[in-house]
Amino acid sequence: MAVSKRVMPRISARPSLWQRLRDAIAPVLASKVALVGLALVVFWILVAIFAPVLTPYSPLEQDAEAMNLGPSAGHPLGSDHLGRDLWARLIYGSRLILVLAPLSVLCSLAVGTTLGLLAGYFGGLMDEVVMRILDALMAFPAILLYLIIIAAVGASATNVVIAITIAGAPGIARLVRSLTMDIRTRDYIDAAQLRGENPFYIMWVEILPNARGPIIVDAMLRVGYAVFSIGTLGFLGLGLPPPTPDWGSMVCAGRRYIWANPWAVLWPSLAISSLVIGLNLFADGLREETMRYQ
Amino acid sequence: MTTNHRIQTPILKVENLAISYETRKGDVQAVRNVSFEINRGEAHGIVGESGCGKSTIAFGIVNFLGRNGKIVDGSILFQGQELRGRSEEELRRLRGDQVAMVYQDPMQALNPSLRIGDQLSEVLIVHRNLSKEAAHEKCIDMLKRVYMPDPEAVMLRYPHQLSGGQQQRVVIAMALLNNPALLIMDEPTTALDVTVEAAVLDLIDELRREFDTAIMYITHNLGVIARVSDRVGVMYAGEMVEQAPVEEVFLNSMHPYTQGLMRCVPKLGLSKESSYLCPIRGRVPSPAELPPGCIFEPRCDYARPRCRQTHPELRQAAPGHFIRCLFAEEIAAQEWQPPEDLIPDLTALMARKAEAAEPILHLQNVRTYYEQESRSVASLIGLGKKCYVKAVDDVSIEVPKGCTLGVVGESGCGKSTLAKTIVGLEPLTGGEVEFLGFDISVPVKKRDIKLIKELQMVFQNPDSTMNPSFTVGHQIGRPLRCFKTVPRNQVRDEVIRLLEAVKLSAVYYDRLPRQLSGGEKQRVGIARAFAARPDLVLCDEPVSSLDVSVQAAVLNLLLEIQQQYGTTMLFIAHDLSVVRFFSDYIAVMYLGRICEVGPAEAIYAPPYHPYTESLLSAVPIPDPTAEQKRIRLSGTVPSALNPPSGCRFHTRCPRKIGEICETEEPPCRDAGDEHRIYCHIPLEELRKLEPVVTVR
Repeated sequence: MAVSKRVMPRISARPSLWQRLRDAIAPVLASKVALVGLALVVFWILVAIFAPVLTPYSPLEQDAEAMNLGPSAGHPLGSDHLGRDLWARLIYGSRLILVLAPLSVLCSLAVGTTLGLLAGYFGGLMDEVVMRILDALMAFPAILLYLIIIAAVGASATNVVIAITIAGAPGIARLVRSLTMDIRTRDYIDAAQLRGENPFYIMWVEILPNARGPIIVDAMLRVGYAVFSIGTLGFLGLGLPPPTPDWGSMVCAGRRYIWANPWAVLWPSLAISSLVIGLNLFADGLREETMRYQ
Repeated sequence: MTTNHRIQTPILKVENLAISYETRKGDVQAVRNVSFEINRGEAHGIVGESGCGKSTIAFGIVNFLGRNGKIVDGSILFQGQELRGRSEEELRRLRGDQVAMVYQDPMQALNPSLRIGDQLSEVLIVHRNLSKEAAHEKCIDMLKRVYMPDPEAVMLRYPHQLSGGQQQRVVIAMALLNNPALLIMDEPTTALDVTVEAAVLDLIDELRREFDTAIMYITHNLGVIARVSDRVGVMYAGEMVEQAPVEEVFLNSMHPYTQGLMRCVPKLGLSKESSYLCPIRGRVPSPAELPPGCIFEPRCDYARPRCRQTHPELRQAAPGHFIRCLFAEEIAAQEWQPPEDLIPDLTALMARKAEAAEPILHLQNVRTYYEQESRSVASLIGLGKKCYVKAVDDVSIEVPKGCTLGVVGESGCGKSTLAKTIVGLEPLTGGEVEFLGFDISVPVKKRDIKLIKELQMVFQNPDSTMNPSFTVGHQIGRPLRCFKTVPRNQVRDEVIRLLEAVKLSAVYYDRLPRQLSGGEKQRVGIARAFAARPDLVLCDEPVSSLDVSVQAAVLNLLLEIQQQYGTTMLFIAHDLSVVRFFSDYIAVMYLGRICEVGPAEAIYAPPYHPYTESLLSAVPIPDPTAEQKRIRLSGTVPSALNPPSGCRFHTRCPRKIGEICETEEPPCRDAGDEHRIYCHIPLEELRKLEPVVTVR
């Protein structure tokens, strides 16, 4: 009689969507660093979305009456040398950078992940060829690489993305390669081979999802670098063509009047650094928390 | 007088110890109400499955609980002095250098960037203020005491230049340098091979007698505990459920949990025909949700209503025999009946075995080499001599249909490589593999999908056998889809049927691997392997990382499935009792070669290959009365990069007969009934050997 008793399994069935969402954001909520970073990033995202509501001015509207002004009631952050409202330029500029930076990281992720998976999974000759080419690319200082690429293809939004993709892909490929080489030795990869799965299924379906943690954290950091790079390119005049409210070119333009009107340099610089710092803090906090979970 | 006094005060006396860990979900009591004492020269074993709080006790004694752990109740008296509640500094003074601890992984105790000599003498220079020369002298003495070959040379080496067994010896030597009163050993031999383990256990025993050290020995291995300890405490879910002298525990265990543990391990020499394993139902409760009454009640076959309400205290049931059970005397008298739901009926399997079957798998001179480039400048520019690791070298065996071939040997003997070569995960360097008459000497990528389907594998490590990103249902369903075993719309039903076949219910369908225990993951791995309905399943140490009670359940499950599908199996393990229990035929491997192959019962009785003989003499047997011949192998397994000439075993063979062993390959000697021994010693002499193990 006593035999029929069973110890009931206590884990509930499939987690609901809400539960899974909560699991996903739990590490962010647990880390103060990540929360501060997230707040900064969210601030800029909100500003970008609601830009038209937040200012009556257009970022391109020039006002000869109000050139190089400091903060005032009319222009909350002041105006630049052409009399354009700095706040308006700043928030429309955020739209640009918040599209271009993640987009360029996504592109380098696509390229870097593919190459890293191929090199890591197949190894041997494939690994040698892919990695040596990427090593050669990595040997160039990033700025030099940007200059060469933009000089070759010309300055435009698309070309900025291309330049950042080419400069960023080798780093991602290295990371993905090392993760792949580790995961490749797990038993479930052997099991997949014993089902006759093709190599591309194994790479993308069996390996990649298990490498996602470090890749996501790395990508977050890379969005930060990309913001920086776009700013740098803008400053050097290699970014978007002039009237565009690009943060980097705003700094460059304001530089000439820095003694008369430091605000025109200060605000875009602050904007760039706050966004970069926000993304870095977020990524750091996330990495620490996910590591603690393991 | 003094000696008398010493005997009366125990070295270590633990009373009502309770330790809890702070976690995100609140405090968890990992150890409750644990009391025991250890006298000078006594070895006290603590045995239990993983997560029972064994190591926590050890860490509590040396105050290594970490930031989130604390002792919440009880007392720890070391040589009569209370350790609990004292400051870090006071503890250091009280304990001084009198407590030493040896952990499972010797590499964690040794500094990889310091020479062995420097690490050892530092202990003496710091604690004893000895001069450098005197310390060096003493260290060499100590290394000799732990039977380290060539101690002078070892002193100059770095830890990575020593083998695992040698490293553990260094750690033990280091622990003994200060002549501690108490030596705590936490699974010191778990990571070692049986032959090395046997030598280390001998050493511990000897040192205890010689130095009169009190030893607290923690392990999950019943055989090891039977060999080293005087008294044994059995831990279950943070409580000590039984404590008695070692013979009492093994021959007259009174607690249902201890009895259950004994029924989970196959006795050396017994097979599936003559015995069965009885797993303990259910699983160890997590410390956060313990049952209100007796903690073992939900899994106990004798549970009565009172067990659910009353928490039993540790009480003395016989002189020196303590148990935590309300009805121990009554159940001891009761005849135990194996519960039918836990033991498979294997009559069909046995009947099938009786029919002479033809071979399904045939290996002829199989070789698997790994290329390794030498680290010379010449090899950098592609001119270097290529070296080969001969993982499997010239192996020829056959597996009859529907039977199980067990493969045993120490780590690095090429067992796993052999399995991977057969399924095609490692490319064959030479020889032929034939399966059902087809040549399968090509890697899996070049095999036909129909052939791939017939050879499946069960893996060793439960944590890496499943892809952490996908649900159980998806992972079992995938082979069904790949091999089109069932039509697409029936995949789900088939998966649920398979889950039930491995004793998991349909609720597991949507679970992720991280929600499963090790045993459950292993079951899913088995279900996945059998989903393809293969003809041959290769099990690579499928139970070696599982707790004994789970191990018994998984072995039973494999037998049951084998009976149902008539599958042929290749079963790799390093545990000789398990292999004997599970297999019909056994092959003993050493350094990539087969030394002996034949029917299971023939392997475990004379004539033996000398290597088999020494393996058998090293197995820890969970029976303190069993007598084992003492044969200890000297030296370490040579490198497979440059294996010894002639017979590969000659460098360590205790029965080496002369030069012929070094120069000539051993001949194959047929001992009849498919029993083959590869040795230069004539069969007649091998036949005269006495059995290694005698059980009273």
